Amino acid sequence: MDPKEKMKIPRQKMPEQKPEVRRGNFQEVPFGYPEETAMLEAKRCLQCKKPGCMKGCPVEVKIPDFIRLIAEGDHWGAIKKIKETNSLPAVCGRVCPQESQCESMCIVGKKAEPVAVGRLERFVADLERKSGKVSKPQIAPPTGKRVAVVGSGPSGLTVAGDLSRMGHKVVIFEALHKAGGVLVYGIPEFRLPKEIVQAEINFLQDIGIEVECNTVIGKADTLDELLNNGFDAVFVGTGAGAPIFMNIPGENLIGVYSANEYLTRSNLMKAYLFPEYDTPILTSKVVVVVGGGNVAMDSARTALRLGANEVHLVYRRSKEEMPARTEEAHHAEEEGVIFDLLTNPLRYIGDDKGKLVAVECQKMELGEPDQSGRRRPVPIKGSEFQLAIDTAIVAIGNGPNPLVPSTTPDLKLNRKGNIEADLRNCKTSKRGVFAGGDIVRGAATVILAMGDGKVSARSIDAYLKDPAWWDLPTPEPEPQPEKAPKATKKPE
Amino acid sequence: MHKIVRTDTLAPSMFLMEVEAPKIAEKRKAGQFIILRIDEKGERVPFTVADSDTKRGTITLIYQVVGKTTAQMSSLRAGDSLLDICGPLGQPTHIEKFGTVCCIGGGTGIAIAYPIAKSLGQAGNKVLSILGARTKELLFYENEVRAISNELLICTDDGSYGQKGLVTDMLKQLIDRGEQLKLVVAIGPVPMMKFVARMTKEYNIHTIVSLNPIMIDGSGMCGCCRVSVGGATKFVCVDGPEFDAHQVDFELLTKRLASYREKEAQAYDMYKHACKIGRG
Ligand SMILES: Cc1cc2nc3c(=O)[nH]c(=O)nc-3n(C[C@H](O)[C@H](O)[C@H](O)COP(=O)(O)OP(=O)(O)OC[C@H]3O[C@@H](n4cnc5c(N)ncnc54)[C@H](O)[C@@H]3O)c2cc1C
Repeated sequence: MDPKEKMKIPRQKMPEQKPEVRRGNFQEVPFGYPEETAMLEAKRCLQCKKPGCMKGCPVEVKIPDFIRLIAEGDHWGAIKKIKETNSLPAVCGRVCPQESQCESMCIVGKKAEPVAVGRLERFVADLERKSGKVSKPQIAPPTGKRVAVVGSGPSGLTVAGDLSRMGHKVVIFEALHKAGGVLVYGIPEFRLPKEIVQAEINFLQDIGIEVECNTVIGKADTLDELLNNGFDAVFVGTGAGAPIFMNIPGENLIGVYSANEYLTRSNLMKAYLFPEYDTPILTSKVVVVVGGGNVAMDSARTALRLGANEVHLVYRRSKEEMPARTEEAHHAEEEGVIFDLLTNPLRYIGDDKGKLVAVECQKMELGEPDQSGRRRPVPIKGSEFQLAIDTAIVAIGNGPNPLVPSTTPDLKLNRKGNIEADLRNCKTSKRGVFAGGDIVRGAATVILAMGDGKVSARSIDAYLKDPAWWDLPTPEPEPQPEKAPKATKKPE
Repeated sequence: MHKIVRTDTLAPSMFLMEVEAPKIAEKRKAGQFIILRIDEKGERVPFTVADSDTKRGTITLIYQVVGKTTAQMSSLRAGDSLLDICGPLGQPTHIEKFGTVCCIGGGTGIAIAYPIAKSLGQAGNKVLSILGARTKELLFYENEVRAISNELLICTDDGSYGQKGLVTDMLKQLIDRGEQLKLVVAIGPVPMMKFVARMTKEYNIHTIVSLNPIMIDGSGMCGCCRVSVGGATKFVCVDGPEFDAHQVDFELLTKRLASYREKEAQAYDMYKHACKIGRG
């Protein structure tokens, strides 16, 4: 097929549950590509000599190669190709912001819509998982070295997988009773089925990684105790798990949740199956979600599925500035989430039992750009109004979890309390300790956390082979930490 | 999995469970807590560690049956297991030699006051303990607390054992007879802690209380356990569980504890019903 013909094929839609149906269940929204659709989509790829898409991928997936294999019908070859550099393709195919990474740099996208890299990745990853024939990677002979990984989010899982392939013994310590980090407690079932995350964890255990859940490092053992008791190196991937509140009146009323609490109740504790499962969650009529990121979208869509009649998303800037993935905002709107843009909550109002009954908000307008380059929202005087609600979910961000830093005095932190690490090699200020993911970057993305995991695995391997590596100077200039990229608008 | 090695009934609806958790037994300090989950469908519930035995590798939990999870716990026997125990969590009690200290335990709070009183005693303090209960049969740990205290005062609301009165009456006696209390530790039902705090504030005696809000993760991730202390929001799981009693907003704590009252009642009723059917 010549490029002209390729360009004529439209981007293939992925079949999904209808909005009216899916807002009443927790099953995954899209069904994934059928084989023939995937192969047709794959044929759209121009197989560029200098592929832009790969530059947009923090874990360097060989995108044109795996897409060509799908186009040729060699799906097994395609999944192998992806797994050379990405150990969690079924996850990334679902939750990566492709529109601002690989797909944003796709040459096809300059004239038409970009090749659906994420959907194709998901297609082959699902095919492999459903077949039950997950191939085991080559594992190097045991080196006798032991590495402790603190936190089992995407950064921890990636570093653990890579290190054990290199022959090192890895033990993951996880605070919660289930491994997976945000992938299990935060991102809802309808966007990332937990069975997929569990399959990845099982796979890691199959290749010899130990997972010790219910272990809060800093409380159970400290980093120093790990290093003094048989671990040659430690990776810290504890995430950005400390919810931020706005410090406005009424935030402690019954019915005001942090997004973390709301999502943890629903996802990790399965409160949506109460009373079959023991953990309750409030039954709401009118819900306000504060924020404009993925976390806010997930909270709003969860509230709908838990039976709320009306869910408002209150965001202080306009739609253009929303950090959520375009696809997620679109899904939320389709399902009936009401977007109250350029609106900011001022206070929550409760009854005599301490229960939330209303929120007072203020309208905003956009002023001059601020540090983030986005136009700063400015309150409009006299625009205050009240909305009767029974639940509010605060999804304005998460700070770094302080438990490890507070018990590791020689671990340098930045102003915001994030661990300082050189992102070229993920070295921290403490010898033998590496860090990556959200605990270093602040709330970012799954794929960036995985990228840090990859870099850390390489560094840790080098350090374990020769401890003098630690003191070698690092050549190139240090890159600026990349934050979660803002979604660029691409029509579906 | 954590094997239960011993269970005991301390008082009507008040139970003890000794369970294997060697690492926690080794690490835990007075004042710290654990979060457990009975089984796959269970909720995460915090319990303060009442005691530990490093030789046996066990920790002891004391609890009152107030809902489904605690009822289910009380149905378990030695040889059964708990699926998850996470701990130790929270800040340990600040222990130093203060001089004369008073440790007050009410209800299940006795179980939490006990290890703190013990540690304070070991640090060289003169420990005056007060145990209070509604009625005689709800008192437990009397001998244990007596053994580690310089003096023990007991009171019951109905006068069925010890002196008739409230723990604040006992505290007043100590103050009136001229005890120079440097610290009061009050642990029990929220109203009890509130009234102790009110009294010690009048006398300007530093007082700490241990708070028991609803929690999920216990590592500062969800914020469910937030309380107001001195006007600032604190997370009990990581900032506490102990706070300066004179700064705590007890009203807020009481209200937030009632967040899921209806759902909790529903779950408990269903459980009781299922048990009845189970028994035939
Ligand atoms: C609701 C929600 C939706 C999101 N949606 C997307 C999306 O669509 N796409 C995307 O790319 N990104 C998304 N993100 C962001 C993404 O999930 C994170 O950037 C990513 O998970 C960070 O990975 P991590 O490895 O740094 O840590 P995390 O995933 O945060 O995991 C950290 C783990 O460490 C554990 N831990 C913390 N402290 C300790 C301790 N002291 N001892 C032991 N264990 C500890 C925690 O319990 C947790 O399991 C979302 C985030 C949230 C909250």
